[in-house]
Amino acid sequence: MQFYIQNALGGLAYGSLLFLIASGLTLIFGLMRIINLAQTSFYLLGAYIGLTLVTHGWNFWLASVAGGVVTMALGLAVYSAFLHRYHADPLTSLLLTLGLTLILDDGILALWGGDPHSIAPPAIFAGSLSFGTLVFPVYWLVVIGISFTIAAILFLTLQRTMLGVMIRAAVDDEEMARGLGVDVNRAFYVVFAAGALIAGLGGLLGGPITSAYPGLDGELTPLAFAVVIVGGMGSLGGALAGSLIIGLVNAFGKALFPELSYFTIFVPVALIMAFRPQGLFGRKL
Amino acid sequence: MSARRRWVMTIVAGAAVALLLPHLGVPTFFVSLLTQTWIIAIAAMSLDLLIGFVGLVNFSQAALFGVGAYAVAIGATRFHITGFASGMVCGIIAAVVTAALFGLVALRAEGPGFIIITIALNQIVWGLAYQWVSVSGGDNGITGIVRPPLGSIDLSSNTAYYYVCLAAFALTLAVLMTVVRSPYGLVLKGVRDTPRRMRALGYNVWFYRYSALLLSSVFAGTAGVLFAWYNQFVGPVDLSLDQSTQFLIVTILGGLGTIYGQLFGALVVIFLSNELSSITQRWMLVLGVIYFAIVLYAPGGLVVLVPRLWDRLRGKRIAIVPAERP
Repeated sequence: MQFYIQNALGGLAYGSLLFLIASGLTLIFGLMRIINLAQTSFYLLGAYIGLTLVTHGWNFWLASVAGGVVTMALGLAVYSAFLHRYHADPLTSLLLTLGLTLILDDGILALWGGDPHSIAPPAIFAGSLSFGTLVFPVYWLVVIGISFTIAAILFLTLQRTMLGVMIRAAVDDEEMARGLGVDVNRAFYVVFAAGALIAGLGGLLGGPITSAYPGLDGELTPLAFAVVIVGGMGSLGGALAGSLIIGLVNAFGKALFPELSYFTIFVPVALIMAFRPQGLFGRKL
Repeated sequence: MSARRRWVMTIVAGAAVALLLPHLGVPTFFVSLLTQTWIIAIAAMSLDLLIGFVGLVNFSQAALFGVGAYAVAIGATRFHITGFASGMVCGIIAAVVTAALFGLVALRAEGPGFIIITIALNQIVWGLAYQWVSVSGGDNGITGIVRPPLGSIDLSSNTAYYYVCLAAFALTLAVLMTVVRSPYGLVLKGVRDTPRRMRALGYNVWFYRYSALLLSSVFAGTAGVLFAWYNQFVGPVDLSLDQSTQFLIVTILGGLGTIYGQLFGALVVIFLSNELSSITQRWMLVLGVIYFAIVLYAPGGLVVLVPRLWDRLRGKRIAIVPAERP
């Protein structure tokens, strides 16, 4: 029993980190048809920037927000300079974000070197909780809490604000939305910026779980895409459900079938694709 | 000089240089890099068939390539499949079977959906190679793959193997160029540009996509086998997503929808990564920037960019017909 609770909690914590990456991925794709391969590089960049600030004595939370803001600024710069023109051209935008990944990865390697950095959680959450024989880091719960809060903010923004209405209208029918006077371009900027911000923010927050090292982004990319496939491309609710599913499958797969743990994630993903290509919550492709 | 003669001259000159090169006293390191170039070019050409002519951006090309490599490696080290032809057939069959399975899943989606599924599919195969240690050797890969002789010709020397790969490259080029110019190739282009119209005309779009995927896997598998013999080693990195990315970059740099352009893409990537890495540690950055600039400003790739720059250098202004872009 303890085994299951332990892995379930770890899986949920990891899954809620994946949500921070996949939410941007799915929204950017749903709105702009851009497959942003650099989304996990944003996460890694946020982690390194945050880590540097923390070693300079910054507060952990402030540093992770700063990491997110810097990443967002970079994302916006790239978006407005290059990507913006290609929002209706999935191939070119994909190729550009691929190039961005190469440049960011090597830039990160140049600036921070190749050594892995473990990241300590803030001191109040550094301990463990124990119930009988069950022991797990408090920080897991913190990460789950933060991700759900961010998810709630995103949902409320999409469902309850004017901006959210505009974004949803543009997702449903961009041309019609433009015709009705919705400033679709602004929605594009907002969504791209939000995606980069949340991923960058997640970098330091997730640091105590994933740590930070070159190549981490490459490891996270397939998982983030698995989330988007399972949940359905363009669906925020799908991204949340998909993140938790993938997080749990990942944790139990690693614990139960260590030799086949990649198999246990990607075979269900391939099966979902084969029998329900639009994902669990997505609309038809 | 007519365009056609210019072409013939270029091909003849290129072939002559390629054939003579190992005898011109160039360092063996150079010959070895060129051998690698031929192999990567074969894989990239197979990818160009899919992206440039069918519009399928396949991120699992490295899986097809790597499965071919692993098949010949496992065949040679476990099952005594040590002949040239038998090894090659073994690798190609493995790649085709993998592609046949992948196609059943991935071709249920189109466009971006296809891209994302193939990322997942590639990851499945990578995961197997990385973690199924008892079969694949895990992270350590499989060593001790011996290059088989071709008939009575010993291939253990770099020069001999260079010619084998060059021949394989020339054969692939000839076959794929013929295919894309055939009526079948025209249908592929139609499927790429207007699948709905082709469907209305009575073409089975799925069949054309599936068959192109299988055809592509034949050459991806060939490249994989040649690569396994070249390195005499296979590891999970050979079928990683990074390897798929490299094929994609080579294909884009060379010029989508050209087939022959991938040779130039492969030359640039292989030589740049080797030359630059001796000058600077930041060669990935340089390559990334070049790639980014090509995607932005010369989407036709090097085969469009270089002649244009050449003509401009000579003060000529020739109207360049932009390369087709899917």
